[in-house]
Amino acid sequence: MNELEQFREETREWIETSCPESLRSSTGQRSGTTMGGRRFPVFAEPAEDSHLWLSRAVERGYCAPTWPREYGGAGLERAQAAVLREEMLRLGAPPPVVSMGLLMFGPTLLEFGTEEQKQQHLPPIARGEISWCQGYSEPGAGSDLASLQTRCEDRGDHYSITGQKIWTSGADVADWMFCLVRSDPGAPKHEGISLILIDMNQPGVRVSPIKLISGSSPFCQTFFEEVRAEKNALVGPLHGGWTVAKRLLQYERQGISSSGFMGPTRGTDAPPELAKRYCGTSDGKVADPIIRDRLARMEMDQHCFNSTVRRTADEARAGNDVGTASSIFKYKASEDAKKRGELMVAILGTQGLGWEGDGYEPFEIDQTRTWLRSKGNSIEGGTSEVQLNIIAKRVLGLPD
Amino acid sequence: MPLVHSEEQTLLREIARDFISEKSPTGELRRLRDEPDPIGFSKSLWKEMAELGWAGIPFAEEFGGADLGHTELGVVLQECGRTLTASPLLSTIALGGTAIDLGASEALRKEVLTGVCSGQRILAVAHQEQTRHAPYATETRATKTPSGYTIAGSKTFVLDGHVADQLLVVARTSGSSRDRNGLSLFLVDAETPGITRTRTLQVDGRNAARIEFRDVEVDGQRLLGEIDRGAEILDPVLDRATAGLCAEMLGGIEAAFEHTLNYLKVREQFGTVIGSFQALKHRAAELHVEIELSRSIVIEVQQAIDSGDEAVPELVSTAKARLSETAFLMGNEGVQMLGGIGMTDEEDIGLYLKRFRVQQFTFGDASFHRDRYANLRGY
Ligand SMILES: Cc1cc2nc3c(=O)[nH]c(=O)nc-3n(C[C@H](O)[C@H](O)[C@H](O)COP(=O)(O)OP(=O)(O)OC[C@H]3O[C@@H](n4cnc5c(N)ncnc54)[C@H](O)[C@@H]3O)c2cc1C
Repeated sequence: MNELEQFREETREWIETSCPESLRSSTGQRSGTTMGGRRFPVFAEPAEDSHLWLSRAVERGYCAPTWPREYGGAGLERAQAAVLREEMLRLGAPPPVVSMGLLMFGPTLLEFGTEEQKQQHLPPIARGEISWCQGYSEPGAGSDLASLQTRCEDRGDHYSITGQKIWTSGADVADWMFCLVRSDPGAPKHEGISLILIDMNQPGVRVSPIKLISGSSPFCQTFFEEVRAEKNALVGPLHGGWTVAKRLLQYERQGISSSGFMGPTRGTDAPPELAKRYCGTSDGKVADPIIRDRLARMEMDQHCFNSTVRRTADEARAGNDVGTASSIFKYKASEDAKKRGELMVAILGTQGLGWEGDGYEPFEIDQTRTWLRSKGNSIEGGTSEVQLNIIAKRVLGLPD
Repeated sequence: MPLVHSEEQTLLREIARDFISEKSPTGELRRLRDEPDPIGFSKSLWKEMAELGWAGIPFAEEFGGADLGHTELGVVLQECGRTLTASPLLSTIALGGTAIDLGASEALRKEVLTGVCSGQRILAVAHQEQTRHAPYATETRATKTPSGYTIAGSKTFVLDGHVADQLLVVARTSGSSRDRNGLSLFLVDAETPGITRTRTLQVDGRNAARIEFRDVEVDGQRLLGEIDRGAEILDPVLDRATAGLCAEMLGGIEAAFEHTLNYLKVREQFGTVIGSFQALKHRAAELHVEIELSRSIVIEVQQAIDSGDEAVPELVSTAKARLSETAFLMGNEGVQMLGGIGMTDEEDIGLYLKRFRVQQFTFGDASFHRDRYANLRGY
């Protein structure tokens, strides 16, 4: 047995003994996602078991498997981290914590942060103790992010921030924000931007949740009035935040495409089984030939997508340039997720039209809400149109 | 296995690309079509390809083969696909030779494959009878005689059937049409009395044949595998040939895309290159994404065949459905993005559009393969 296979075996054993049954997708009754945090901790139910699972994972650094040990990671090779992911998926174990800190901010800080910043911020992220939110979008700056206006002024011993952010996911529960601010109003728009770290627990920060079409309120308007940030809170150079910001967006796109929003929802049958149940069968086949055709198309598309993710990783390892792959993945994964959402409610028929209350199983409501939420996949993290712009320009070399 | 070509495979691709672009640029197909060439491909080119070892890529060294895999055959087919090179690679190697290799007795393998590897023998598989791919819909009958069988029936869309030296005929020996059981495979010399072949000129400039079998006598020794169990050979043969076709399609798609993209960068209207218009940019970017997915599934399916993966049938259907959709998109977008010139016979994009149409349909189109995939997956 080679080393990787040995690692797989050990990992499997560890997951089996460490992840409580109640959280496992095949057997458990888990609901929600663990996001951690200090001020308003978010834990999947049953919370006690989620705490236990998190603490066991933290012991091994498995919340941030590829980060160096000194920052709370496990220092795994990429191939090992892939094995860990695969085995957790296979055994139905949820990630111990899901957060923007792990997915987006941490990797960026590893690349651009000072030693002091890494020491301060990475270990609490890897332990799920501190949760982060992303302060990028503003009412006037969406796709055209670089036109953002939130001001950042140098007050000698600190920076002072005033302005408004919008669509800030999790701002109401986050401990900290990584925030794009205009530090030099006189400079050309890409050259006067800085990335600064803001403690959300201070006067001058006001957060007001916004309700989504899916009924939940995971994102907010965030207002800053004379909010304070320390002088050592800039990631990357003063006025040099745009490069850092773009890198972080690449991590975000990778995260969005690999976070498995294409996977089956917890506690439900695979889509073909659902189709058999809701559409009926004839000769053992899904009775509705068009639904059946769409199912096959969806499964095939998903397969080709996964193969492409694999191939891109293999090519990167073989030394080929795969720089803009994150835009390809972000575009395709979110468009496919929307199609999947449509197909799922089509399969459920009238049972896919429920909002709440009697007459619908919880998982049916779940599908309907997932369908609605999926519409945001092609907007958040840069819209599909923006991804196509990036591919056309950076990969295909088409001019502006 | 990593989804990238090995060093040797990359080298093979480079050799193939150099050879094909020198000896068989896209214009060759137009020449063969317009002359018109009596067989539809260049025999001298095929001879050179065989000398390079391509006719024997997946066959054993004892027959003169290279003992490589379908991944390598795919590499070469992909390069041929780039310039729409017509050759018997599909009919004789991916289909016919593979059928012999998988199904024939040791003696028959030696006899046939030696000729195949040297490039001297052309094979064709005669399976289709209707207007669309339906591998078990076989009405052609083989009836037992004291010394062997008599075959009667008719076949259509037999790739390279008009020039083949030998035909592999799928005939029904029991059961009724559409049954998977009861099919048998026979190796028949193309000049056997009772066989009439009619060359059909296809829209893509290639050839296939209609073939009539009027009480054609065949020796019992020429049965491949077991009687009534021909589907056990036919299925994996069609899977391998379909995977090869997908590689060829990928090559054509890549070349057509490069050609179109280049045009977007040079053609000017409204005082600027048309590639700066967002309507075209986004469509080009979408094509790029579809092509990336196509690349992944093509290499994956070939590696799966070579490693004996049991998921091959599902992967083949996934690949053929994907490549058919991408080829459809590429052909249509290519013509549209080139404007008026895209409609002319002189422009290459039209040759690709036509070849794509035939490729999409050969061995089953996207809906055929989605249906097959759903069956394989149990829904
Ligand atoms: C669920 C969800 C969660 C989010 N979470 C966060 C978060 O945590 N933090 C944060 O900062 N932001 C967040 N966002 C905001 C998100 O990044 C923005 O919504 C997104 O960048 C688009 O900006 P916009 O909403 O202003 O739309 P606009 O930019 O106004 O776009 C409107 C339409 O115009 C199109 N368009 C715009 N420019 C172009 C162009 N150049 N070419 C072609 N078409 C164009 C867009 O594609 C879109 O279809 C979230 C959004 C959603 C939906």
